[in-house]
Amino acid sequence: MHRVLSVGIGLALFSIATLPTSAASRFVQDPYPSTYAPIASAPVLISNATVLTGTGVRLDNADVLLRDGRIAAIGTALAAPADAIRVDGLGKWVTPGIIDVHSHLGVYPSPGVSAHSDGNEMTAPVTANVWAEHSVWPQDPGFAAAMAGGVTSMQVLPGSANLVGGRGVTLKNVPATSYQAMKFPGAPWGLKMACGENPKRVYGGKGTAPGTRMGNVAGYRAAFIDASEYIAKNTPKQPKKKRWFSGSDQGDSAGDSGGKRDLKLDTLAGAIQGDIRVHIHCYRADEMETMLDLSKEFGFRIAAFHHGVEAYKLADRLAQEGVCGALWADWWGFKMEAFDGIQENVALVDRPANSCAIVHSDSPEGIQRLNQEAAKVIANARRAGIEIAPERAMMWLTSNAARSLGVEKQTGSLEVGKMGDVVVWNGSPFSSYALAEKVYVDGHQVYDRADVRRQPLSDFMLGQEARP
Amino acid sequence: MSARSVSRLLPRALLLLAGACAVPAALAQEVLIRNATVHTAGTRGSLDHTDVLIQGGIIRAVGTGLAAPAGASVVEANGKPLTPALFGGITDIGIEEVSGESATVDSTLKLEDQPLRPEFDVSLAYNPDSVLVPVARVDGIGFTVLGANTGGGFIAGQGGVMRLDGSADPIGPLALFIRLGAGGAELTGNSRAAQWMLLEQMVSEARGRVAVDSPHALLTPAGRATLARYLGGQGRIVVQVDRAADIRQLLRWAAREKVKIAIAGGAEAWRVAPQLAQAGVPVFVDALGNLPTSFDQLGATLENAARLHKAGVMVSFAQRDDASHNARKNRQLAGNAVANGLPWAEGLAGLTRVPAQVLGVGDRIGTIEPGKLADLVLWEGDPLDVGHYAEQVWLGGRAVPMRSRQTELRDRYLAPASAEPRAYTR
Repeated sequence: MHRVLSVGIGLALFSIATLPTSAASRFVQDPYPSTYAPIASAPVLISNATVLTGTGVRLDNADVLLRDGRIAAIGTALAAPADAIRVDGLGKWVTPGIIDVHSHLGVYPSPGVSAHSDGNEMTAPVTANVWAEHSVWPQDPGFAAAMAGGVTSMQVLPGSANLVGGRGVTLKNVPATSYQAMKFPGAPWGLKMACGENPKRVYGGKGTAPGTRMGNVAGYRAAFIDASEYIAKNTPKQPKKKRWFSGSDQGDSAGDSGGKRDLKLDTLAGAIQGDIRVHIHCYRADEMETMLDLSKEFGFRIAAFHHGVEAYKLADRLAQEGVCGALWADWWGFKMEAFDGIQENVALVDRPANSCAIVHSDSPEGIQRLNQEAAKVIANARRAGIEIAPERAMMWLTSNAARSLGVEKQTGSLEVGKMGDVVVWNGSPFSSYALAEKVYVDGHQVYDRADVRRQPLSDFMLGQEARP
Repeated sequence: MSARSVSRLLPRALLLLAGACAVPAALAQEVLIRNATVHTAGTRGSLDHTDVLIQGGIIRAVGTGLAAPAGASVVEANGKPLTPALFGGITDIGIEEVSGESATVDSTLKLEDQPLRPEFDVSLAYNPDSVLVPVARVDGIGFTVLGANTGGGFIAGQGGVMRLDGSADPIGPLALFIRLGAGGAELTGNSRAAQWMLLEQMVSEARGRVAVDSPHALLTPAGRATLARYLGGQGRIVVQVDRAADIRQLLRWAAREKVKIAIAGGAEAWRVAPQLAQAGVPVFVDALGNLPTSFDQLGATLENAARLHKAGVMVSFAQRDDASHNARKNRQLAGNAVANGLPWAEGLAGLTRVPAQVLGVGDRIGTIEPGKLADLVLWEGDPLDVGHYAEQVWLGGRAVPMRSRQTELRDRYLAPASAEPRAYTR
């Protein structure tokens, strides 16, 4: 949690170190809690596989045991419990479930009908009050397609039309009739912000602010100044010394004088206090530098820059600041701020010590093959003289992603005690020919390529004559 | 340069560039590529330990133990795959620089009155100096067909086949692009039924059954002449269409009017595969498109290419999104089609021989056969696998510098930081 809060001229510096640190913060109370319940499964023993743990380690001829929803053991010649389901891993590769930190599944679902276009609240430049989860259509067939690509968790974000787009939600990729039943238990929310062309185009085009990049920054600052004041008003005062003439101190919410609750400021306050992770859509290196300064001005921490087509130009600073780069392998040129894209962006961001490179999708097609996106990076890096081992690249899709979302203690690597989120691949995942054969979420097999009855099908696709 | 000089391919782009520059232009078209795994994409299939001799920009011989003529440069392939230069799909390479900046985009015509202009030819806007050209080329893309996009009418206009060798003009005939189905309905009074009504009328005009000065004419005289050429079997009409029901209507129309068509997209084409095969209609498959992105694509499947091929349909590949800047992704489409049941050789053919034939340039490019232009790629590994890259590209026998604006940005930032700003590095 980031505790330094300096909000510029006119506002006093003060410390919020006295605030309770648990999720009890009023800014992040959840009236829409997760109802996700793992499905019980017999233990599963995958044996003799090539295992990429997601922590940068490769184990050959290794076994992975899942039990009670968790990774129970990793090693060689593991003994299978009597009731275990045995999976022959010979020739297979086993990895943690893939995590996509940037998805719009459910909020921009398939089919792309106007009735389901719920990803951008394009009615004001700061809509920190909206939550992407309230737009998620759980029947989006894209969820099942992503599962077939080995994706077990994802962050669904609002779009990038706004300076502050709203809260993102982390989901477990399981079929459900409500988003709450997919909601990752205990995962912090994300806050979606956006730099550059999109906000200024959307609002400038309507003749309202922001219409320029300087307007963008003024907009972020105004919002965070409001949020800082809101925190000050909502921070319980130190009890005054009791004087013999003092009255009761039970009035005014026991020193809490925040007044009416403001959903927008709740979210921004939660971000300042570090309970909500800040994810910023930002392409250009200079704008990322500006946003890093903004984060210091208002005392929040940036979890990741998303898209970051020019992240390679400030890779060292990103690593120093502990900010992840959630990037594409090869997208570029669709707009001016994407003109400097290179195919080695992820590799260059990955290069410094303490880096946090992530391959993300922002696409219902890309999310299905993040492994192939990483394969492209490996190949292009090799062409440029940089060798990247598969066990290293796997971190881009798993543990680094989990770290940016704040779920790294629960998932994102094959370590004993973590969630049994696992993929069995037909071979190395870093290939056009790679196919996820079996996918497990919390130790339960949710997908089997060899058995169509073990592949979820959206309600929407039922009874469609054209269904493949 | 001696006859025996061997320019061995080096793994680093920079060194490759240095090597390529060292070859004088006049000699560059005399090349012997030795000991490659030659995927001809032609009748001879794949050949191990095979040499390819290039003279005057043309493939002269494909065989073993070929002698290097005096002055030829010799490339030792060490068994690596050699393929024809690949097809980048239906793109706007050279007619679009930055998609979001309309002043750099010339692919779409939007005229208020008389929006239906088949005579519109995007090739005339083609800029061979576009940064998109080298970006695609260093990843093994050697040719593309410029796709006119629908803007003002569902008849998008024409585009030609461009080789990405810096030449300015299309080779072969133009193709005419039309969009049918939901994607074109907004341009036809909000009903796809009107597309057939309007097509019917345009055909009547082109066939001279409507007076040129009729107040109801949809086409200009130039438009009539253009459409008449396609109705006469010159050039191919490429139809962007996905829904099986619409493809059935299209097949009926094409048979009646006796036009040569191809389908682009074709998410549900597999559902009418036998009819497509019988009519000899090829499909440019978007092989990563497996989602019901619209109600026209409810039948989308990764097995589309494999099922079409099995039924005897000619299959090539074209992306729906990100087609131009990421034309290099077309080989990922082929690889994924292979992962989903298409034979590997057909995956390669779909990136080489098939699009060349379908677009009317199969006599010049698309296979490694004597007499064909020496548009070739030597790969570091399997060309259909995104885990491998293009080591060297030849277009017209000339070793292309493996350099683009992207590799230059890469190299500038790959170097360690120093006190001097990177702006001084080039």
